[in-house]
Amino acid sequence: MVTFNILVTVAVAYVVALFVIAFYADRSARRGGNKWLRSPLTYTLSLSVYCTAWTFYGAVGNAARSGLEYLTIYLGPTLVFFAFWVLLRKLVRIGRAERITSIADLISSRFGKSTGLAVLVTSLAVMGTTPYIALQLQSVALSFAAFAPEGGDVNATALWVAAGLALFTILFGTRNLDANERHHGVVTAIAVEAVVKLVALLAVGMFVVWGVSGGLSDTLQIIESSPVAEWQPDAGRWVGMTFLSAAAVICLPRMFQVMVVENEDERHLTVASWAFPLYLLLISLFVLPIAAVGLAVLPEGANPDLFVVTLPLALDQEMLAMLAFLGGFSSATSMVIVAAIALSTMVSNHIVLPLWLSLQGPRATVSGDVRGVMILSRRLSIGAVLALGYAYFRVTGGTAALASIGLVSFAGVAQIMPALLGGLYWRGATRRGALAGLIVGFAVWGYTLFVPAIGLLPATIMEAGPLGLAWLRPQALFGMTGVDPLVHSIFWSIALNSVAFLAVSLVTFPSPIERLQSAAFVHVFERGGGGAGYVGGVAETEDLLVMAQRLLGAREAQALFQGAAAEQGKTGYLPDPSPEFVALLERELAGSVGAATAHAMVRQIDGNASVSVQDLLAVADESAQMLEYSSQLEAKSKELEQTARQLRDANEKLTALSVQKDDFLSQISHELRTPMTSIRSFSEFLMEGGMKAADRVRYSNIIHDESIRLTRLLDDLLDLSFLESGQVVLNAQVTALDALLERAVSSAGVGGLAVTRAPGGEGVMLRTDSDRLSQVFINLISNAQKYCDAETPELVISVRRSGDQVDIDFVDNGSGIPRDQESLIFEKFSRLSDHSSAGSAGLGLAICREVMARLGGTVHYVPGQGGAAFRVSLPLEPEMVAV
Amino acid sequence: MGRSVLLIEDEPNIIEAISFLLERDGWTVRLHTEGEGAVEAVAAASPDVVVLDVMLPGRSGFDILKELRQGAARPDLPVLMLTARGQTKDRELAHSYGVSCFMTKPFSNAQMLQTVRDLAEGRAPPADP
Repeated sequence: MVTFNILVTVAVAYVVALFVIAFYADRSARRGGNKWLRSPLTYTLSLSVYCTAWTFYGAVGNAARSGLEYLTIYLGPTLVFFAFWVLLRKLVRIGRAERITSIADLISSRFGKSTGLAVLVTSLAVMGTTPYIALQLQSVALSFAAFAPEGGDVNATALWVAAGLALFTILFGTRNLDANERHHGVVTAIAVEAVVKLVALLAVGMFVVWGVSGGLSDTLQIIESSPVAEWQPDAGRWVGMTFLSAAAVICLPRMFQVMVVENEDERHLTVASWAFPLYLLLISLFVLPIAAVGLAVLPEGANPDLFVVTLPLALDQEMLAMLAFLGGFSSATSMVIVAAIALSTMVSNHIVLPLWLSLQGPRATVSGDVRGVMILSRRLSIGAVLALGYAYFRVTGGTAALASIGLVSFAGVAQIMPALLGGLYWRGATRRGALAGLIVGFAVWGYTLFVPAIGLLPATIMEAGPLGLAWLRPQALFGMTGVDPLVHSIFWSIALNSVAFLAVSLVTFPSPIERLQSAAFVHVFERGGGGAGYVGGVAETEDLLVMAQRLLGAREAQALFQGAAAEQGKTGYLPDPSPEFVALLERELAGSVGAATAHAMVRQIDGNASVSVQDLLAVADESAQMLEYSSQLEAKSKELEQTARQLRDANEKLTALSVQKDDFLSQISHELRTPMTSIRSFSEFLMEGGMKAADRVRYSNIIHDESIRLTRLLDDLLDLSFLESGQVVLNAQVTALDALLERAVSSAGVGGLAVTRAPGGEGVMLRTDSDRLSQVFINLISNAQKYCDAETPELVISVRRSGDQVDIDFVDNGSGIPRDQESLIFEKFSRLSDHSSAGSAGLGLAICREVMARLGGTVHYVPGQGGAAFRVSLPLEPEMVAV
Repeated sequence: MGRSVLLIEDEPNIIEAISFLLERDGWTVRLHTEGEGAVEAVAAASPDVVVLDVMLPGRSGFDILKELRQGAARPDLPVLMLTARGQTKDRELAHSYGVSCFMTKPFSNAQMLQTVRDLAEGRAPPADP
């Protein structure tokens, strides 16, 4: 008697054997591989992942319940591989050329690398595959239970199986992340599993035919007399299910994975086109006999879905039963493993990574640990896919919902079909069209099949339609009654899907990248080079030149090409299309159309695609015209604007300068002519002679004073012009501020002004040009002498250190400077009109300001100090602006 | 002779020079040293000739001239204008306001004296020196 424990041991041993096979296959593939790894046989056998536990166990159950209908599941793929293998070859070719990683990637890539489409197809695939994984877990758990009813909890078994498969898939499904996404170990293990399940089913079948029935003719008799033969095929269901299985073999994520992604060599497909249908024939050969004999031999009410195991068991053939169990086990595990790899690739590439990248911001791709993130996200996705399958199993396990969900899943995944076929054969198919078709098909499928199948719709809606609208009844859409619900749903979902796809494609326009991709997909066979990927080479330089001219402008493109030709030692405009030159061209083009488009365009021509060039040029023309027009306009308006601004600026400056110059000349004229007037007048008096001696002395003095005033004015003017032109030479030396102030007070000659030094700031040492600084002090003291209008004029000089800076304040007790003139006093000749002149030329404060700027300090008028207050500020270690 | 001149000027040394020159010739020289109140000073002094500086504290000589010409009291009062700025546009401005004679500093004593005499006697001075 086989106990549960023995069964577990066998199952674990089987999985360990798979591990070993996968491990060695992986290793040998990395070392260059051996031949049978890359043989068409392995490829064909790996395709048998199509036959899951659902076909292994379920086909017999199906035959027991519905007669020959189970054959449709094999008919569809057979039809595809025999009749439409050209379509498969196109898929494989595109998959290799475009480095496609999944069916979602294929659809997204064809329609302009659309993220929305990728997410939609991924969701569809997850929704269609999860119930299927649950089904596998259930069949394994049930087969355990059939063997050893005492073997405890079905749920626990399923959990262990799910966890083990997750581990296996993570180990062998995420080892290498190279561009090809191929998993040699996994594929080899799957091929071995294909053999196991075929041998198991054949063995059981032979045992049934020759061991139980006693030969072929007896078996046929049993079939004749069993209820199996009484089933009348329903034409609608036959057509519908054949179509479904045909669509599924192309669109199922796991089929796409083994058929396209894992494909080593396009020629393998030639072998598979007859070998895979043969495999399907063999595996379906004994289904009917097993079903008929099972119904005849086993007691009433036995689950036909488990006949493959229970029949040998009932006849005490434990080893055979064990083999059958392993066959079912391998069917389930191979499906789950490949499906998990396929789904995790999609989830990770199209949902997790884009999210992660957008969360990381632009530095993500630079930091370089994308690879680690990718592997982690793959592993998490595999875990999540299996967890989802297990959860689904726990929720719906054992119900009819799960048993019938296989076909429901097929119908869901089949919604990809119109977009896929359209994308492969119709240039006019657009992204919006594909989106519309998928969404419509998905919605109709959900409403008419998926939701009713899991029993979510209330009976009133099922019978009377939503809001009592009978034509919207989920299983009798638009009044189509009396049809099988599955067929009804397939019909409407695919029909409406296709109509939406076609209609929206016709009224929308493809973007440039879509046009490029549609050319690449539809004309994949016209590109030469059988699936070897990108072959840089026979570029038509002239084509490149034509294209470049449209994008860059004729003169720039010709210059670029001529320069490149010259560098290659050639004359003329056509350099050899060396990789360097092509790369250079790509960079130049990228500037006008973006890197991706530039790359695609150059590659298209480089790959020698005669038809696509026309399409490319159309793209180039469009964008070139727009680019040129807008950039010309932009350049012109910018140029005009700039010129206008320059003119305006220059004009304003000239006007300001002219006004300033007139004012200045006028002021100088006044300041020079005034003393000269006195000098001329009095000297004429003196020349006349005959005046009183006292007058003569007096007038001579006036002449003398006015001459000095003139000289000082000229000195100041000269000084100021030196300061302003930056030609001043400064002599920095360390000076005591105290001494400097004292010297300034004494050389200013205080006159009637009482000068006091407030305490503070003693011992401050400055490193500066002391002559210049003292000039500033003298000017400020002289100003107080001239303008302080107090009866007893006083000036207080105070020094205060604040931080690295020293402030020297000169505050008198006069009436100060009116507020509205504070801002003017440092301008040249700004002698305030209210004061009767005492001979100043009004240049003193202007000079002070210039000197302080040169010394790295400032001089300001400080309002609100009672009298006129000036503050000289200077850093202790100033940066002098000497030239 | 009893002829009088009103000198409106703010530079002390120039005041002294002009006063000395005219008083020696027998003129009565009255003085006003700022722009404010100059028009009133003219009315009060009622001189035969006004000598008016352009750059005055408080109010420009042009303003004063304009007001003198607008006030109808003595529209033909001779006004000699002095300026140290010496710009053509100042001269034009002065004439447009109706100045009798426009003279730039520095001036010669003889010319100044002759011009004042001519203006007082209603003779046109020789043109602006």
